[in-house]
Amino acid sequence: MSPRLAFLVWRRNLEVYLRTWFVNFLPPFLEPLLYIAGFGLGVGSLVGNVPVGGGLEIPYARFIAPGMVAVAVMQQAFFECAYGSFIRMYYQKTFDALLATPCTLEDVAAGEIAWGATKALVSAAIMLPILAAFGLIAMPGSLWMLPAALLAGWAFAAGAFCLAAVVPNIDTFNLPMFLLIMPMFALGETFFPLPESGWMHAVGPWLPLTPLSRLCRSASLGTLAPLHALGVLLLYSLAALLLSMLGTRWMRRRLIP
Amino acid sequence: MPYAIEAKGIVKRYASGLTAVDGVNFQIPEGICFGILGPNGAGKTTTIRMSYGFIPLTAGDILILGRSISAEPRAVKALLGVCPQEDNLDPDFRPREGLAAYARFFGIPRPEALRRAAELLDFVGLAEKASASVRELSGGMKRRLAFARALVHRPRVLVLDEPTTGLDPQARHLVWEKVRSLKKEGVTILLTTHYMEEAAGLCDELLILDAGRILEQGSPRALIARHMGEIPVEVQDPSGLAYLRPPNLEDLFLRLTGRELRA
Repeated sequence: MSPRLAFLVWRRNLEVYLRTWFVNFLPPFLEPLLYIAGFGLGVGSLVGNVPVGGGLEIPYARFIAPGMVAVAVMQQAFFECAYGSFIRMYYQKTFDALLATPCTLEDVAAGEIAWGATKALVSAAIMLPILAAFGLIAMPGSLWMLPAALLAGWAFAAGAFCLAAVVPNIDTFNLPMFLLIMPMFALGETFFPLPESGWMHAVGPWLPLTPLSRLCRSASLGTLAPLHALGVLLLYSLAALLLSMLGTRWMRRRLIP
Repeated sequence: MPYAIEAKGIVKRYASGLTAVDGVNFQIPEGICFGILGPNGAGKTTTIRMSYGFIPLTAGDILILGRSISAEPRAVKALLGVCPQEDNLDPDFRPREGLAAYARFFGIPRPEALRRAAELLDFVGLAEKASASVRELSGGMKRRLAFARALVHRPRVLVLDEPTTGLDPQARHLVWEKVRSLKKEGVTILLTTHYMEEAAGLCDELLILDAGRILEQGSPRALIARHMGEIPVEVQDPSGLAYLRPPNLEDLFLRLTGRELRA
């Protein structure tokens, strides 16, 4: 892989993104506002306070604020490197065109996955000041969410890229959408604390989103232990590396006869 | 002096077991236009895709200006301009921006890239469409834009896979004219085509492939003379009137590759 050429692939996507920057910045800007209004204030008034361990109880809006960041990271990375990469690879033949330049498939894959991670980071970076302004997350502890967004975003982007390399057509993404993304969205300790027992207690902690939403929550409360944080980030980095290698190999198998 | 393109015993066997190219050798000296002909499935596109590094070789090697495409893919691809068969123009960019974005992958600084983009759009008659949406361009315009894109880094070797397929006569003549003017500048051109008049009119040297092997090689005139001699061909016009004309490349092609349809 050539870092310079991978960077140029990344930059191609950035340039396209900035062309319509207003449309692209709007969702991560509006989404937290809507969630705060709908869930935080609406549902929150029915729920009251939520226990977060250690005898601590917080208002529901403060509980879901970091969950929203985690969900946004997962979704941005997933959509970019599942649908986005697939559209560029399959419909637009952008990968084919890039392969006629000095780029190799390794450069293209690295640039695409790095771009998915970047979009995850950007959405977290837009949400953070809004949530902080509403007093829903603590600063500066919440800044931990930025490296977490980048590295967990990288892992989700690489996983999505693996899927883009193997799905026969774009409709097939419905499957991972409903079997992986939606369950993580619902059960990844994003909108409610996982119960102490039962099947959710058994499944929840193993969902790839759960460590991220837990990290974000501790960060938002200012209770995150740096060593623990680094451990989680290392885990996501390893997953990112592994899935990036796998996705590149599968994409090579798909495109290069 | 090294050849512009040299294929040394190239073989491509796909995972399906199909051997698309089966031990092909050819040398293309610098500055000529070299055409590969053959019925569908003959191995033309596989050969051409191997020559620009898109398809890895099963055996043999291809040297571009003396350098191996397998050993130094990045360096060799920087020497080549490629206009592929299918449309893979980037619809996310307007023509001028797209050319400049593409130029960046060849290390061309942006001001220079924009200057070349304007120059090339002019060259292929698309100056007015510099800021149009690529999706709205006609088939012929897209083809010309792809042609311009292949030239953005001023390659010494140009690879054109069926450059005029699906074009109207005007666009086809424009492409031919551009190919001739590039040849005059010393650019080596490797192309495939199904149009025998195109091959006869553009190519200094022809290679006829069938079933992955070389059937014949030589200049259009020499090939016709070798196989058809001076025997006139009898043809009928739609009213049934028969007349004689000298043999052409299409007669030769059909004689060598037969009349049955291919996959």
